Order: sequence, then structure tokens, then C-alpha cells
Amino acid sequence: MDVTVTVNGTTYERDVEPRKLLIHFLRDDLDLTGSHIGCDTGNCGACSVIFDGVLAKSCMLLAVQANGANVETVEGLGEDGELTPLQQAFNEHHALQCGYCTPGMLMSATALLRENPSPSEDEIKKALQGNICRCTGYWNILEAVKSVAK
Amino acid sequence: MLLREVEYAKPASVAEALELLAANDGARALAGGQTLINVMKSRAASPDMLVDLNGLEELRGIELAGDGTLTIGAMTTYSELMASAEAKARPILGEVCATIADVQVRNRGTIGGNVCSNDPTNHLPPLMVAVGARMTIAGAAGEREVPAEDFFLGVYMSAAGPGELLTRIAIPAGKQDGFAAVTLGADGTCIANAAASMNGSLRVALGCVDAVPVLLTAESPEGVAEAVRAANLTPPFDVHASSEYRAHLAEVLATRAAQEAVAR
Repeated sequence: MDVTVTVNGTTYERDVEPRKLLIHFLRDDLDLTGSHIGCDTGNCGACSVIFDGVLAKSCMLLAVQANGANVETVEGLGEDGELTPLQQAFNEHHALQCGYCTPGMLMSATALLRENPSPSEDEIKKALQGNICRCTGYWNILEAVKSVAK
Repeated sequence: MLLREVEYAKPASVAEALELLAANDGARALAGGQTLINVMKSRAASPDMLVDLNGLEELRGIELAGDGTLTIGAMTTYSELMASAEAKARPILGEVCATIADVQVRNRGTIGGNVCSNDPTNHLPPLMVAVGARMTIAGAAGEREVPAEDFFLGVYMSAAGPGELLTRIAIPAGKQDGFAAVTLGADGTCIANAAASMNGSLRVALGCVDAVPVLLTAESPEGVAEAVRAANLTPPFDVHASSEYRAHLAEVLATRAAQEAVAR
């Protein structure tokens, strides 16, 4: 099926099989390998993207469902090589160990801060509930998000 | 995971969706996909065609009628319901949706998908039974309305049969509701759950203990535990809970839900 999808401001036209998951389309067809595949069961959140303005796990969406959609991935966060304040805060607070969960954490925290620029600690925890850090480095991730909350 | 080959259709109307579902034996409706896509990965489901309901505006939205009846479109997401000013008329709905999984799942998962998949560990089947919801099912012969207690037929089976779609859920006015669950981690899968609603007497619906929600009535929270025992439950057992422990949880959670309902 022909699919036209805008990812991080660039519009792509591709022919995809309906059975292809959005995460595979992003990684394999568009070579946007920032979004990760962790569990492939919808639990870990490493594949989180912002889909038409709404945070979603791209392993539970089909690529064909993105036809006409606007998708944001971790590659789209910084501009001209500059990190966003959130990304900078992850760096400063050592909010990543192995880094595998980081793209998803960043997308979830980005979605949170857009909706609620001043989240409480509990709201941050609730917003990151769908993202698993297997290094269990949650504390520094929380500190990083808290530091950019207004 | 590469899914088995599947056809994909995105109908522009409910009528077209019903035609596609009726014309293709192996077709399944795709709502939020937060369950279906995963069971397709594991091959627990292998539909030949997915009929994507996303984009059908007629299945979305929440309306509050003058008599307090809430009508919720089947494709309304948990997040949309939580944010809805109208849905605050029955506060338990948003409160329970806020405890389902995580933000990403709540943003895509739908009210209709939760009840139609009828996984016995889902939150909404017992809640719909307790609050006395009425489910509207559309099919080739038109629409029919089914009370929630008759909607859930078995594990993964509902009254919305092949070639049919749940289109909306009507929930009567009320506020005195409660919900209690023991879950695998915060907001995780339910090991046992119970919903209760007070309207003269208590309607209590138990989840996770049988293929479909078990409906009980009691005069007061003090009578709920006895009503649960009288139901002679033989819940399923798994790695998380023995049958006896689930039956015990059912008593405790039903009582908690009932206490919450009458305290409002």
C-alpha cells in the first residue's frame, strides 16, 4: 500500500505491506533508528513516538495507519545539532546508563512537558509509567525531567 | 515482530465497516490496537483482514443528555474520556481509565476495544455491568441495544458477533460508584477487581474470577462479602494467584468497592 507520512517535518512516500509495524517502518524503511525496539509487546516504551500530537508506542501501530499522519521521533527533538533543554538535562543528570530506553523516555517526557510545563513529581512518574529502564536508572531520569519543569 | 500477512481496509463510514466485516470471514475490527496488534504478533489471533475503525468520527465523542445519561462512542480513547468535561458526570469512569496501563496505551486504547476484547482481567467489563451500561451494537439488520450484563458472553467473546460492531455505550446518571483492584504493579494487569454502584441497593460486579463479570446485589457493604461467598466462585488460577486466593480477593475488593460507592 502507498503511504505518505511526515516524520520530523520531512514527508516520505513509501510502498509498505499492511503487516509492517510503524517501528519497523521508521527503522528499516526510513533508516530512523533512534526509536528502539525493546520488548515488542507494548510494555517497555522504547519505541515511543508522538503520533499526530499524541504519545504512542510505535510497535502497536501499523505503518499503514500512519498514512497522512505527522510522526515525531527522537531524531526530531534537537535542531541543528543543538540538544533540547530536556536532552541537555538528561546529559547533566546522568539520566542514562545503557541508553536503550532513552529515546522513549525523551519522547514521553517531551509529550508531558508540552501538555503540562509544570508537572509535579507524581505527574512525572505517572507520565513515564509506560517506559521501562532496565538499568533501573529512574531516579536520575526523574531528576532530569524535574529540572526542566517550570 | 513481523505479523502474518494481512489485508488492511480503512472504511469511511460505519456502514462500510459493517459491509467489510460481513463480507470477509477472517476480518477483524481494529480499534486502538493495544491488544489486537500484540496478539497478532504472538499469532494468538491471525485475522486475514483488519478493518481500521480509526477515522470513523461517528464512533467518537461523549455526550451528556439532560437526564444525565452519558453516551460514549466506542472509539473514544481512555485519554479522551479522562479529559472529557461531560464524562465527569460519572466520575468513576475517568478514575478507572486513569489506572489502565500507561499514557501511551491510554492515548490509543479505546472504551469499545476494552469491552469487546473482554479479557477477564480488563477493567471496564465489571465497571460497565455495575453501572448498568447499555451497549448499542450495529449490524446488517440495524442496531440493537444490549444491557452490559448480557453483553459479555465468554473469554474474549461479546454479544457483538461476527459482522457486527459495538458503536456506543449509554451509562445512566449516577455518582455512587466504587472500583477496587489488586494489580501486577501500579496500574498493571488486574489479578482481581470489583466494581460497585449504589442505587437504592448495591450492584457489585467481580472481574478476573470467571469468564465474564459476576454480578451480585447486596443491601449494604456489610452484606457484600457474604454475597460473594454465596456465589460459590471457582476462579481460574495462574502464577499470580491460586483459585482460593482470587476468591478471597474477590470478597475483599467487592467490599472495598462497595464501601467507596456508599461513601460518595
